[in-house]
Amino acid sequence: MPSNAFLLEERIPAGCHHAFLLKRGYALRLTDISGDGNVGLLAFNADERSERYNMADTLKAQHTHKLALGNVLYSDMGRPLLSIMGDSFGWHDTICGTTNGAMIEATYGAQDFQVARNDYYRNGRDGFLMELGRWGLGRRDLVPNANFFSTVTVDEAGNIALSEDSYQPGAWVELRAELNVLVLLTTAPHPLREGPTYPEGEIEAGVFWAGPASASDVCRSACGENQRGFENAEAWFALPEGGPKA
Amino acid sequence: MSTLLRQETIRAGDPFMARIEAGQRCRLVDTEGNEAVDTFFFNANDSRERYSAVDTVRRQRNVYLSTGTELVSNEDRTMLTIVDDTCGRHDTLGGACAAESNTVRYAHDRKFMHSCRDNFLLALLNWNEDFSKRDLGPNINFFMNVPLSPDGQLRFADGISGPGKYVELVAAMDVLILISNCPQLNNPCSGFNPTPVEFLLWDA
Ligand SMILES: [Zn+2]
Repeated sequence: MPSNAFLLEERIPAGCHHAFLLKRGYALRLTDISGDGNVGLLAFNADERSERYNMADTLKAQHTHKLALGNVLYSDMGRPLLSIMGDSFGWHDTICGTTNGAMIEATYGAQDFQVARNDYYRNGRDGFLMELGRWGLGRRDLVPNANFFSTVTVDEAGNIALSEDSYQPGAWVELRAELNVLVLLTTAPHPLREGPTYPEGEIEAGVFWAGPASASDVCRSACGENQRGFENAEAWFALPEGGPKA
Repeated sequence: MSTLLRQETIRAGDPFMARIEAGQRCRLVDTEGNEAVDTFFFNANDSRERYSAVDTVRRQRNVYLSTGTELVSNEDRTMLTIVDDTCGRHDTLGGACAAESNTVRYAHDRKFMHSCRDNFLLALLNWNEDFSKRDLGPNINFFMNVPLSPDGQLRFADGISGPGKYVELVAAMDVLILISNCPQLNNPCSGFNPTPVEFLLWDA
């Protein structure tokens, strides 16, 4: 996907937050320019926002605890919200959530607005809440998020660690909307990232038209679970405004 | 000497909800073994504060729950601590079964089977109509075995629990406990045969 074909584009500095409203068939390409970035993501069905990304349903339906090419992000209603149609990265975290102010201060030290003005150290929780608030949502809607461009491994005993594989300058991922989807992003650092230097890299975010998933789409055909999930998503659109298409 | 305040049997497939005061101790008993007890918590005085699976995992740097695990809220506060556990390990990443996710995981014709999410919604709305689906999040599955592998996989495996195994928790704040004694018949989490669990509550 060449970046000059983006219909909408934003460069999001580290620590900040942003939203995209993606109608079905549009896709969001995220690029971690510096390699040190992290993108926390929440997703909602824009037509019925009580339907939202569900970490547990995403994991168990696809028998995975990582997200990669061919995976989808399931809602709590058995439908894919976003599908990973392209991915250079390979292992995005699902199980660590985001940072709060106390965690950021413990890791990076205190650098608040009083001292640093707009270079203050922002955190993921506050970023998500500021974004949720813009769309009439709130604390109840802050569910476990996905973390793109961060790899978290789990050993046989269940211990988790942030992998050095997370550092991949130029890594990108493409997320196609399977419903009309409200995507909320925070570029605050991953909760397991070590200090003391707060990240500085930007995330490039661009929207392009991908079109609906084909019959042979890599996400749809990844497993029987996803085939049924896509059927559920298509059923959501079975009753179009103005009657059935001729 | 602590005093037993409450003892209830939660039948297979039933919901249950109760208030636990700070300092009280509760025990869940897998009476016949291999049961999955889907469990969620709210701060009893502020229902916007609720159990958070990812904050619990992140704080202890481990995905499995057992003795010593602090159950952490979305405000990063300890809600309860697991003080005893004869099963050894519990899941918090598999979530609750639901009609819709059953259609994805198994087949479209499983939609009308009984599920934990329906139990959760029924118990919540009977408790207080201000609750809704938005208040739910990934829960704990006591006695359920969901191993994660180093290559990134997650699966639902045969239970590691057995008859009479139990887990005990002490509340660090006033909480509401929300339980669905899982009615799932499509995977081994309840040994394909859901059975009763016992809830006991002591003053200390
Ligand atoms: Zn269940």
